[in-house]
Amino acid sequence: MIGRDLLGIEDLDRADLERILETAERMQEVGTREVKKVPTLRGRTIVNLFFEPSTRTRTSFEIAGKRLSADVVNFSPTSSSLTKDESILDTARTLDAMAPDAVVVRHKVAGVPKRIADALAAPVINAGDGAHEHPTQALLDLLTVYQEKGRIDGLSVTIVGDVLHSRVARSNIYGFLKLGAEVRVAAPPTLIPPAIETLGVKAFTSLREALDGADVVMALRIQRERLDGAYVPSIREYSATFGLDRTKLRFAKDDAIVMHPGPVNRGVELSHDLADHRPSVILDQVRNGVALRMAVLYLFAGRPVAAAQEG
Amino acid sequence: MGRILIRRGRVLDASSNRDEKADVLIEDGRIAAVEPSLDTSGAEAIDAGGLWVAPGFVDLHAHLREPGQEYKEDIASGGRAAVAGGFTTLACMANTHPANDDPAVTDYILDRARQDSPARVLPIAAATKGLEGAVMTEMSAILRAGAVAFSDDGKTIMDSGVMRRVLEYSCMVDAPVIVHAEDCTLVGHGVVNEGPVSTRLGLPGNPAVAEAVHVARDLLLAQLTGAHLHVAHVSTAIAVELIRRAREQGIHVTAEVTPHHLTLTDEATLGYDTNAKVAPPLRSAADVRACRKGLAEGVIDAIATDHAPHAVHEKDVEFTAAPSGLIGLETAFAVVLDLVRAGELQPLELMQRMSANPARILRRAGGSLAVGAPADVVVLDPQKEWLYDPAKGFSKSRNSPWAGRTLVGQVKLTLVDGRVVYDVARGVLLP
Repeated sequence: MIGRDLLGIEDLDRADLERILETAERMQEVGTREVKKVPTLRGRTIVNLFFEPSTRTRTSFEIAGKRLSADVVNFSPTSSSLTKDESILDTARTLDAMAPDAVVVRHKVAGVPKRIADALAAPVINAGDGAHEHPTQALLDLLTVYQEKGRIDGLSVTIVGDVLHSRVARSNIYGFLKLGAEVRVAAPPTLIPPAIETLGVKAFTSLREALDGADVVMALRIQRERLDGAYVPSIREYSATFGLDRTKLRFAKDDAIVMHPGPVNRGVELSHDLADHRPSVILDQVRNGVALRMAVLYLFAGRPVAAAQEG
Repeated sequence: MGRILIRRGRVLDASSNRDEKADVLIEDGRIAAVEPSLDTSGAEAIDAGGLWVAPGFVDLHAHLREPGQEYKEDIASGGRAAVAGGFTTLACMANTHPANDDPAVTDYILDRARQDSPARVLPIAAATKGLEGAVMTEMSAILRAGAVAFSDDGKTIMDSGVMRRVLEYSCMVDAPVIVHAEDCTLVGHGVVNEGPVSTRLGLPGNPAVAEAVHVARDLLLAQLTGAHLHVAHVSTAIAVELIRRAREQGIHVTAEVTPHHLTLTDEATLGYDTNAKVAPPLRSAADVRACRKGLAEGVIDAIATDHAPHAVHEKDVEFTAAPSGLIGLETAFAVVLDLVRAGELQPLELMQRMSANPARILRRAGGSLAVGAPADVVVLDPQKEWLYDPAKGFSKSRNSPWAGRTLVGQVKLTLVDGRVVYDVARGVLLP
């Protein structure tokens, strides 16, 4: 059952996922109208509480909120408990006192949206926390794949790259598995999380083996600082072994699609050509992101706010 | 001083291997007699029917935070929490501000303890100056001031050459060296046990091998030097196995395990509860089983709390930013009683690991109800259920993973030197 907050795909079941995706499909129609606005959340206030800079996700949530007629406020504190400024929970409580109808939280440390949700009356939507989860990204990826392939059940999905530090990978692993796909991950051993197989996926260090028979290939963004020798010897070595191009893609199914959560490091995770053209569906992902976030805001911010919970 | 008779309790005294219903007579602060039936005339009688009567607990490992961080704890509040938890003696770690790396600091701690603490306090001094892992402390002078052991707890001496000389030098002064065994380079930024849980949480993992590598190194150095190595808070199956083998080879090693590493797994961190963030981290179920087995088999000698108070505002932050540690003095007995309920330890064995063994490791009296011994005694109700609320406890801090839980097993009465210093009905009575 969908709860008050959307903290991660791990907490959802198949019926929840299907309900969110069905709602998102209905929201897609709004984006095709000449006047892209419906009154669904009129009078509701949504706060984008982004402790970590993110233009893309924040903008997507902002557009989604505005298309539903909500008042969207962006708040990007630069402080953290590490810099001895206001603590995250104080920031959140301050915000809560202004009675928002939902708070969308992004933070570089895993678990912060959960801690904030525990302290707030308003529903909390996780917009990405550390290497934990990024549920709306996985949901928009599921929507994109569903619309491309007509199904998720029985598909083979290969996630390539820095799985260790990736919240996108974790959320997608949960999401695709719950909807009946097979999920593989491929990365150098230094970037595969310990005990990843306990999540129900198979890990590969050979890209060729990982891609064999794949319907969906998802490349992950790798931070430049991971490529300086600490995890991977060099950018050159990484792109040679795990960077996707049309040659390597031949190991996957002929009709495989290529996805990426963005922004793409061109020439590192994806070749220039692949980033821009089919079978990559990167801009469809972005487009679907707005409809999906409209669905999430409708489902999580459109309900009466629950009584304050004990923090 | 008067006479106290503790009547009809189940006396559990590991030093004499006694486990029987008996009366305990205390006179002038010392144990005067332990007999099946004693004359009560003239003595204040305490009825211990249905209860356990045992030597007061001895904690090898507590952080009292004084001097320097009295907002977390001080010797008075830590001493009160100790006796409320049945501890009549506690050894306090050196990572105060300033660190206890100098006889003057040791002096200060003992002076405060004499004035403020109902429990006996035994300072553990730093092994290296400023806990920096480079320059040895003046061990002879610090021992003369009253310290009982050396440790850079919380920090590992990463330089193996320095560690070797600390162990060599400790042989001359004949005091144990206590190690917090974790290879910092393997720990990295790890904040939870590396494994399925760290992967699910998306938090950096601290691998079991980080502990094992340093336990192995220090065991080899203990073998080389002949020093008494004491391994603090063992948390992994592999470390238990290394210590087992070292004992078989005759290496002078002792070890402790905490109540939390005996009863909680890394799954306690799944909700990002920073009160379950501790160093070394809570480990897998297999590690917990190995620690319990090691304790039962005597590979691990003692239970120690690693009582580590932190203020609410310090813990109420991002998981990665929160300090490690939890408070454990007031809950230790109830928590470890789980091993008795599970049939893994006899009550007498549990008491031995809570008092006689830790006293032996520190080479101090205690952990005994022998006639003539100081009357440090605890009266326990192993059946009593109680709701633990840290806000109502004696520690200044509240960082406990057991907060709000109903625990089974309660300390009824604690006596130090024959004086009742804690009574569950009346609270802490001294000083």
